[in-house]
Amino acid sequence: MRDFMRNTAAILWREFAAYFGSPVAYVFIVIFLLLAGFCTFSFSRFYEMGQADLRAFFDWHPWIFLFLVPAVAMRLWAEERRTGTIELMMTLPVTLTQAILGKFLAAWAFLGVALVLTFPMPLTVAYLGDPDMGTVYCGYFGSFLIAGAYLSVGSMTSAMTRNQVISFILSVVICLFLVLAGWPPVTDVLSGWAPVWLVDVVSGFSFMSHFSAMERGVVDLRDLFYYASVIFFMLFANGVILQNRKAA
Amino acid sequence: MIEAKGLTKFFGETVVVDNISFTVAQGEVLGFLGPNAAGKSTTMRMITGFLPPTAGTAVIGGSDITQDSLVARKRMGYLPENAPAYPDMTVYGFLDFIAKIRGFSGAEKRRRIEETIARCFLDTVRFQTVNTLSKGFKQRVCFAQSILHDPEYLIMDEPTDGLDPNQKYEVRAMIREMAREKTVILSTHILEEVDEVCTRAVIISGGHIVADDTPAGLRKKSPIHGSLRFTVKNETDRDVVAEMTALPHVRKAEKLDASGTDVSVRVYSEDIDSPPADEVLAYLHKEGIRIEGFRVEEGRLDEVFRMVTSPDTMEKTV
Repeated sequence: MRDFMRNTAAILWREFAAYFGSPVAYVFIVIFLLLAGFCTFSFSRFYEMGQADLRAFFDWHPWIFLFLVPAVAMRLWAEERRTGTIELMMTLPVTLTQAILGKFLAAWAFLGVALVLTFPMPLTVAYLGDPDMGTVYCGYFGSFLIAGAYLSVGSMTSAMTRNQVISFILSVVICLFLVLAGWPPVTDVLSGWAPVWLVDVVSGFSFMSHFSAMERGVVDLRDLFYYASVIFFMLFANGVILQNRKAA
Repeated sequence: MIEAKGLTKFFGETVVVDNISFTVAQGEVLGFLGPNAAGKSTTMRMITGFLPPTAGTAVIGGSDITQDSLVARKRMGYLPENAPAYPDMTVYGFLDFIAKIRGFSGAEKRRRIEETIARCFLDTVRFQTVNTLSKGFKQRVCFAQSILHDPEYLIMDEPTDGLDPNQKYEVRAMIREMAREKTVILSTHILEEVDEVCTRAVIISGGHIVADDTPAGLRKKSPIHGSLRFTVKNETDRDVVAEMTALPHVRKAEKLDASGTDVSVRVYSEDIDSPPADEVLAYLHKEGIRIEGFRVEEGRLDEVFRMVTSPDTMEKTV
């Protein structure tokens, strides 16, 4: 157990530092903050709405993350395979679980840093009005979870290939499906012929339906369970892919 | 002790490594030779647990790499082909990461890192990132990574690849020094390296072991092993080759090349373990034939290498 923590932590730190050792971190953070601000103020007309909450801000997160998180995740394994360091990693006394978890948590922590840097938004709202801070925290929490879910998809697709572009595109498509699964265009296609329970199952897979409750300040255990199981499933698939790549 | 037991690897339908078995004892340095794509790296990747074998296994100090991988990996140092290292990390940062994974902390960790940096001559680049380093330095960084925890078992895929002659010399000296209490497997295609560091050499070709012997033993397989070679001066009017063939214990003699009045002659013995040097010298002396550069050939590793790895081409050239 001590070995497990130690190795996972060592990999986590290495990966986390790697983000800041390359321009990826700075480009990501700047673009993320710009986009988040721009969408909130220009598209959602934050000021004109005159509401002291951050709905307008959090509403955009799933869409911004849709493109930015796969960009963060794409290097996790693809880079390792391209430079051949995967051979080093896999022959060190580190288990696959430790490696996957360490990498995932590092990227997640990095996304957390990016989220924390949006602090001027809540400050602005708190200055202008009297927002329910519980809802704001809850929104951040939901946003962090959805980022983690995207990230687990990106980590999996990154393990599939040594080409980061392929990894990026695959993960955007999978995430897009998971976002759209609960939307009328997708459910309408199904509802014409499929039984109601199937439509419900498919829309139940959607990130959005689980995100919107949290955005409103409701933490439902089912939503937490949903995100936890998406992350677990994707990381598990990640492990299976790495194992099979070794066998191929 | 490292044991390879019937290691076999299929990539799809093609067999890359076909039932390879050998053991390496403590104090031995096993040179792993073979042409490109012979299966050297694949075999090493299976021994180190990077690739699971299709059949067979490797046992490292009693731990099966497929069953007890973690224990085996802890006791082993591995330098993969092309010496990969994280390009964005500094040399110190990289070794620090490896040291943490190897379970060192605090003063012990710092001591290990400093020691390894000194041993591998990395002091001048310790705060440089890996991607700014030359090939030789990269190779040494990865080499440093493999010896940091002072492993009992050391597996190195082309350890001197990309080094200049001085660095090659240093690395070989280091391997020789470490080999006393370790078990070492290294792959190379530099044959002189086999002479300098290996106590035993395994040659593989097409996924099979085609030779397994000491460097001296391998040389004996050379067709010229035990033959005599010398240059005859100013004897253009007599047929020295025919005279040599007529001598006792001589199987065959041949003219190698001639330049001006000098003729190089090779005399093959009937028994390669006792070349008829005395008889030949006595005869030459008696006949008053002037010679130069008389020597008994030990045989050359590169010839043996070519012979066992490509029998067809060798038949044509001999």
